[in-house]
Amino acid sequence: MTTDLGMPTTAPDGVGFLRGTESFPVAAHRALADTQLRRNLGHATRTIRGKRARVVAEVPDWEELRRAGEAIKADTMARLPELLEQLEEAVTARGGVVHWARDASEANAVVASLVRGTGADEVVKVKSIATQEIGLNEALAEQGIAATETDLAELIVQLSDDRPSHFLVPAIHRNRSEIRDIFLRALPGVDPDLTDEPRRLAMAARAHLRRKFLSARVGISGANFAAADTGTISVVESEGNGRMCLTLPDTLITVMGVEKVVPRWSDMEVFLQLLPRSSTAERMNPYTSTWSGVTPGDGPQAFHLVLLDNGRSNVLASPEGRAALHCIRCSACLNVCPVYERAGGHAYGSVYPGPIGAVLSPQLTGISGPDDPNASLPYASSLCGACFDACPVRIDIPNLLVQQRAASIASHRTPTAQDVAMRTVAAAMVSPARFRAAERVLGLGRFAGRSGRIRFLPYPGSQWTSARDLPAPPAETFRQWWKRTRGSQS
Amino acid sequence: MRIAVIATCLGDAMFPQAVKATVEILERLGHEVVFPEAQTCCGQMHVNTGYLDMALPLVRHHVEVFADAADVSVAPSGSCVGCVRHQHAMVARRGGDEGLARAAEELAGRTYELSELLVDVLGVTDVGAYYPHRVTYHPTCHSLRMLRVGDKPLRLLREVRGLQLTELTDAEVCCGFGGTFAVKNAEVSTAMLADKMANVLTSGAEVCTAGDSSCLMHIGGGLSRLRSGVRTVHLAEILASTEQGTPARDVVFDTAEVGESKGVHP
Repeated sequence: MTTDLGMPTTAPDGVGFLRGTESFPVAAHRALADTQLRRNLGHATRTIRGKRARVVAEVPDWEELRRAGEAIKADTMARLPELLEQLEEAVTARGGVVHWARDASEANAVVASLVRGTGADEVVKVKSIATQEIGLNEALAEQGIAATETDLAELIVQLSDDRPSHFLVPAIHRNRSEIRDIFLRALPGVDPDLTDEPRRLAMAARAHLRRKFLSARVGISGANFAAADTGTISVVESEGNGRMCLTLPDTLITVMGVEKVVPRWSDMEVFLQLLPRSSTAERMNPYTSTWSGVTPGDGPQAFHLVLLDNGRSNVLASPEGRAALHCIRCSACLNVCPVYERAGGHAYGSVYPGPIGAVLSPQLTGISGPDDPNASLPYASSLCGACFDACPVRIDIPNLLVQQRAASIASHRTPTAQDVAMRTVAAAMVSPARFRAAERVLGLGRFAGRSGRIRFLPYPGSQWTSARDLPAPPAETFRQWWKRTRGSQS
Repeated sequence: MRIAVIATCLGDAMFPQAVKATVEILERLGHEVVFPEAQTCCGQMHVNTGYLDMALPLVRHHVEVFADAADVSVAPSGSCVGCVRHQHAMVARRGGDEGLARAAEELAGRTYELSELLVDVLGVTDVGAYYPHRVTYHPTCHSLRMLRVGDKPLRLLREVRGLQLTELTDAEVCCGFGGTFAVKNAEVSTAMLADKMANVLTSGAEVCTAGDSSCLMHIGGGLSRLRSGVRTVHLAEILASTEQGTPARDVVFDTAEVGESKGVHP
């Protein structure tokens, strides 16, 4: 029997999509060989990188904005409990109902019961990563409720029984001819003469979605921001599908990770400048919807806000890791990451891919040991630092990656071969005498590289020599040269 | 100025020519260079692989060796200086040693990467070098984004007589080295290297230079495997070359150099 001490817990296993089934290098192996994927991702990320750089360069106080965003998020995390209670009070005062969900299972149960309560068996959804995180569509399907994704890219992913591979562009791994094939196969009532012309693809999706918007009685959304002082929830989007879902149904249910709260309505000033330029590389996103509770006679007459923890309190409890909660899901770090560009989002297993996903997913789930797929995520980076420079709220992702690598190693119950090797090297490196001895052993490598190059090494060195030569060790180390030429000087 | 050279473990054991070149440049400019012989490694490999506890004694050792060694310290490596400046105090604090953290911060404040030392501290961009080759420059990630060396290496290279600088497309994108990343995620690393090599080859350069022997080991290792006809040379070796001395040779992946050491160094 266990006693609940109220300590933060990690996201539960078996529900939602925060952990894949294989390690990053194994999943990346498959992605790297998919030439169509490589081409699609390379083209898409390069295009958006260029556009983002141009619109960010237009803002003279971009660095100050980033620092403001960072400060607001740090302030939020420092007093998250009080802000959430303030938000609950404000939402309730304006006619909304707030539900607290400890984890994915509780959130899914709350939403399913709310939908069932309306008598509806169909819902329309605004693109929301939080509801993907908890596997809401799957949970609703089990209850006989069909969820329709209304964001174009999300619809493409849903129709092809696929998983999103990017925050902003969930179907970034698909090109238009693949999308045409998916529509022809799965879009109800599709014109069999559909071409891959973008306009015709959009019109086909629009015809399908209009029917859904006009018939749905329940809309489900995530949230980009929630102002604690006014109880105002905000969703930003580009296609207008969000506006439809947020205004047409009778009932609106919003599932929001607890970290999305901001202290004040006026904080939106900062984030609505940072987010569009960082995500879609637009000066302003086409649709910004905000609502506070319920307005009689206008829009949904029932509003439910589900506040989701699912491991977030566990992240918040870690001084070395909590900055990962500052993320506003702009996806700039994905677009600039050379690892993401080549491996794609699916290789990360979780709904949170890329550099931020590599530090967020393992913290939300915890790391169970060296064989946990999420233990490999913090290593899916060369620590090049491009993510930190692109992050609109200045999350020091490289440092978080290092901290999560430490967490990964701390999960080893018995030392791995790598642990033993690193300990041996560390022991040699604190003793100059042992270090010199190790250098002499290394010098024997000259026999392996008599041509000047070493072309093959046994495992794990083979991981290097699979694609790269290694120079033969020099005849003389620097230390030996110094001693020979200046021995008396120091 | 009295300057302590941090050879770095990789530089000491595998790429001594870059460290020798660093000594040579600084002595040519009239400074006193010392080599604290007890030095070993800054601990970067342990830190960046997540072995923060094991790195703590390495940080302590580095601080003990260099604290009183000279006025400033220099390494021909952006990533090692990046570790000293941005990670040593973190490792110490995490290990509960606030005194060491403060000492590490003090030392970090006077520890420089080579191009920073030359341009910012010593105030020179023309170090009297001569290097008659077509060269392209790869800004290594840690020098660029941890240390923010900016265009300092390029300012030094532009003053080198005989040197023709060619532009590198997507120069600021990582080469895929990343320390243990190159081994733990060898395939993604290789995919990144492929693009870097393609850009180096289309730059038309004969030499690819950078401020880190580790990244050059990666790029050079790939170029060598392909028998590409392009070699990698550390920035320090280019800056150490003069009309008087034989220009710094590519001892990396070079058969001739495996025997006797040649070049400008005695």
